[in-house]
Amino acid sequence: MIRFVRREAVPFWLSLAAPVGAGLAALLLTAVPLAISGAPIGRGFALLFEGSVGSVFALTETMARATPLIFTGLAAAVAFRAKLWNIGAEGQLYAGALAAVVVGTGAIAAPPFVLVPLVLLAGAAAGAGLLMGPVFFKSRFGADEVVTTLLMNFIVILFVQMMLEGPLKDPLSLGWPQSEPMVDEAVLPKLVDRMRVHAGLLVAIACAIASHVLLERTLWGFQIRAVGESAAAARYAGVPMGGTLLRVALLSGGFAGLAGACEVAGLKGYLTADLSPGYGYAGIVVAMLAGLSPLGVIPAALFVAGVFVGADTMSRSIGVSNYLADLVVAMSLLCVIVGGLFARYEVRFVRRGAQA
Amino acid sequence: MEALEILLQPSFWAAAIRIATPLIFGVLGALLCERAGVLNLGIEGIFVAGAMAGWLSVYLGLPLWGGVAVAALTGAAFGLLHAVLTVPLGLSQHVTGIGVTLLATSMSYFGYRVAFPNVTSPPRIEAFRPLDLGPLREIPFVGPILAQQTALTWLAFACVAVVGLVLARTQLGLAVRAVGDNPAAVESQGLSVTAIRMGAVVAGSALMAVGGAFLTMSAFNAFFFGMISGRGWVCIALTVFASWRPGKALVGALLFGAFDAYQLRLQTVSGGVVPSQIFLMLPYVFSIAALLVAARRADYPRALMQPYFKGQR
Amino acid sequence: MTYPTQTDGTSAGAAPRSTVLSLRGITKRFGALLANDAIDLDLRAGEIVALLGENGAGKTTLMNILFGHYVADAGEVRVAGPDGALAPLPPGSADAALGAGIGMVHQHFTLAENLSGFENIVLGTRPLWSPGIGGRAARAKVARIAADSGLGVDLDVSVSRLSVGEKQRVEILKALYRDVKVLILDEPTAVLTPQEAEGLADTVRSLASRGLAVIFISHKLNEVISLCERVVVLRGGAKVADRATAGADRATLAELMVGRSIEVRHSAPRGVGEPVLTLDRVSAAMGRRDRLVDASLDLRAGEIVGIAGVSGNGQGTLAALLAGLAAPRSGRLSVLGEVITGEDPRAMVARGVGRVPEDRHREGSIGAMSIAENFVLERLQGGDFQRLGFLARSRIRAETERVIAAFDVRCSGPDAPIRLLSGGNMQKVILARALDGRPRLVLAHQPTRGLDVAATADIHRRLLDARDRGAGVLLISEDLDEIFALADRIAGIHHGELSRAFPAGSLDQRSVGLLMAGQDPGIAA
Repeated sequence: MIRFVRREAVPFWLSLAAPVGAGLAALLLTAVPLAISGAPIGRGFALLFEGSVGSVFALTETMARATPLIFTGLAAAVAFRAKLWNIGAEGQLYAGALAAVVVGTGAIAAPPFVLVPLVLLAGAAAGAGLLMGPVFFKSRFGADEVVTTLLMNFIVILFVQMMLEGPLKDPLSLGWPQSEPMVDEAVLPKLVDRMRVHAGLLVAIACAIASHVLLERTLWGFQIRAVGESAAAARYAGVPMGGTLLRVALLSGGFAGLAGACEVAGLKGYLTADLSPGYGYAGIVVAMLAGLSPLGVIPAALFVAGVFVGADTMSRSIGVSNYLADLVVAMSLLCVIVGGLFARYEVRFVRRGAQA
Repeated sequence: MEALEILLQPSFWAAAIRIATPLIFGVLGALLCERAGVLNLGIEGIFVAGAMAGWLSVYLGLPLWGGVAVAALTGAAFGLLHAVLTVPLGLSQHVTGIGVTLLATSMSYFGYRVAFPNVTSPPRIEAFRPLDLGPLREIPFVGPILAQQTALTWLAFACVAVVGLVLARTQLGLAVRAVGDNPAAVESQGLSVTAIRMGAVVAGSALMAVGGAFLTMSAFNAFFFGMISGRGWVCIALTVFASWRPGKALVGALLFGAFDAYQLRLQTVSGGVVPSQIFLMLPYVFSIAALLVAARRADYPRALMQPYFKGQR
Repeated sequence: MTYPTQTDGTSAGAAPRSTVLSLRGITKRFGALLANDAIDLDLRAGEIVALLGENGAGKTTLMNILFGHYVADAGEVRVAGPDGALAPLPPGSADAALGAGIGMVHQHFTLAENLSGFENIVLGTRPLWSPGIGGRAARAKVARIAADSGLGVDLDVSVSRLSVGEKQRVEILKALYRDVKVLILDEPTAVLTPQEAEGLADTVRSLASRGLAVIFISHKLNEVISLCERVVVLRGGAKVADRATAGADRATLAELMVGRSIEVRHSAPRGVGEPVLTLDRVSAAMGRRDRLVDASLDLRAGEIVGIAGVSGNGQGTLAALLAGLAAPRSGRLSVLGEVITGEDPRAMVARGVGRVPEDRHREGSIGAMSIAENFVLERLQGGDFQRLGFLARSRIRAETERVIAAFDVRCSGPDAPIRLLSGGNMQKVILARALDGRPRLVLAHQPTRGLDVAATADIHRRLLDARDRGAGVLLISEDLDEIFALADRIAGIHHGELSRAFPAGSLDQRSVGLLMAGQDPGIAA
């Protein structure tokens, strides 16, 4: 029979092999749904690859798509490190987008170097504020934050719809529920001419680096990790539990809010109720692929974004539904948690019953 | 006073029960898993998969009950996946559950698109009809309410009784309750913790999937994207509200159903002054409130989310 | 109850009794460690055999092999069948062991607390798919066994509402219900007061007189001598003695167990100073069970006060008060001259309270983090190890290296995850954290539970050093030997009520037992 023996230390190469292997396994498994849908498998993979990294356009498109995923990936990674199960990044993203629109569509007149930070701050604050509810419910009532953050997602999206049909509706949109466009001063600059990748990517990368420094090098980060690894021991040692939880929540919700603000201010230019194709949930996959490491979030987000962008290309060319991308992403999540198991444990085949 | 008159209409109560039915299945399934010590956040995706699989099989020619069986088997399969990853392998139940939800949802949506690449309006099936109760229809007030219910609703009621009886009065029930409290107690009596936990998760997931199938095979007659819209998560909240008891699960689901049906009717009565989204938010607010009310005094199964490995105590 | 017919009606001990269990040449290796080295053990019906040994001597491994959790590398287990003939037990099968009539009462109870005692007893005794949980026949059988064995306990309330002693009775009934021929009791008295332990001993004797063979695992030598007829001693995985208890005394057995003679030392305190901890009619509670009612206590600098009692009687709350995890509900708690009203573990550390928690894995350490990180965990808020919120990593490393040397922690370095350390070394890190800042008040809650003799001695020495340096030490322990080895004054705790503290010299095992049971030992303080 098979025994799992815990490794004393996980070698670095193995901690890299787990997510890479998981991503490859998920891609290989994609052959099954491709075959079922009757598509040519080889050509499907070629299109997937070409569409995500095969040209400058594809690359920039992947980077544009990776931007919100880095943010939501960080939101999940930072929260999960402290065992705060924030599954509400989707809702927090919309809250951030809404705040960005409120600030950035003409309510405030200011030059870009004031307005752009203001828009981003508003987005972060809205995302963080939204997470305060579940955090309060958790500490005050002991209500599981998984359920409350998940349910909040639905409430927020309904709220956004309500706003888009009401006070925030663009009178020139011909009845279509969307917000007024962002003023020019509130728009994030493009990084590459005529491509969609925008300065939000730099903000996202900066956030990832800052999170890494925070977690590994600072007192607060140390406390966050301690609370996540063992709440009982951290509490005994006098780590301020409420304060740490609050800081994690502010960071996590803030990152998710930034995802929404950057999408609006960098990519779309206005808000609709279908702004996010599930970036909040995909952020969980990104975080797990990254092994909850903030720096790992960047490549993980690029991978997931590549799958999304590549699947779109494939869908357009050979008519395979782009829900295939969601399927690959879901499979890579399951593959990576199993892969992590193989990284942490050594698998030994032993004679039945002779286990130790 | 229109708002209060709603409560006197049999059609309102019939709708409440109709809305409650999938939740009854869902909460029963969730409590079965959690009683055995496994949180199953795959529920949302299993709802989608059950709705899709049941409906598609009927569309492809199976009889209605065959569709229900296919839905249950689909749920069981996803339950097995969750169980394998969380019970013998002991992986995080939170993350695995979310993974199962993402997988089940994307597989269902992808499968739907493969089956119907270019349809704009969803294909329909001949759904379950209300069960003919014969003379019982004539009972005042209650008769018309019950006469509108389909066989799946009656199956849900039966499941409440069966799950309740099994948990309270059988060796199997003892084992499930014990394994969620102290797995070592089960192992010391020569039973397999792994088998009992996995069995409970598989059975619970099958129930969840039947809840999903109710939506496409009884409440509606077609499959839509986003039709589950958080019903699974609502069930997880209601499970805490029900303190993991089947009887209370029924009460919780019916309360939710009544609340949802009430807001739907209030929407029409209010005459469009209040935005419809406010009403649509109410069921989610209700679920959070139910969770808050129950969470403080909730007696969680002691071994919930604690993986167990053989010989460990 | 069905016991082997050979002994029915005959008085135990007279006629030669049949062998019910025979272990031959049991050997088990874990890597380089020889856990069991060719162990032979025979057990006859009606016999009570003590299995003595230190932690790591191989007792647990041997029992796990007997129970089919492990498979021996060599050797054979044979059990008497229904006809009385010995037959080999299939290795690696817990079911087979259970079926062959081997039952075990574990130190940590294996009861589902949400079920009733009756439900726990019948769980798994019938096929899972059979309707009903046992019915009238099962009820009658349980009642008969309870009456025969004298194990009275309410079997219809949920186990969570039973006391520890009652839970143990349910555990024994659970084994007896399965018609065991061999009953293994693993440290059964660790959780009992001396008086309760006496009751258990009576039960065990009565069961043995009806033909049940009992293996009694313990390290309490007095009990072993008074209860068991034979004693088997394991040391370093090998059987070093198998002899009749008659004629053996504590010192001989202790020497057999440890392999060298142990000196019992008790140094007198150098003189006590100001009170460092004062409880004046303090009431507090942790959760539903563990609470403290109107407790009063004075602890002075330079003395060790031991709190004896069975876990769950209020020690948890007392420890939590000192750790800063609980606040008094009424009464006055004063720590190092400051009146405490709130919960704040950080403030306790800052005041100069060194705290050693009861559970080193749960509260004492964070397994996934390094030794260095664990060492500085409760001292980070001060300026020593951080600057403007950034960790002073080289300083943390250097300090950790210093205490690793000072406290003789065996490890690969400050960056090793603490979970890789042995229990004793892990406890040394926790002790280093608590004592390195030269605290004036030390809380030591079960400081040596589960540790071997060498580690225990080391930790005892450091606690005595702290006292001699002038700290007041509050020692909370279930282990009376530890209390007697360290404490200058001893108080008992029972149902949340704390007795007066008596000078250690005026007490013996019996009188402390009375204190633990909430009775007056009848001596002047």
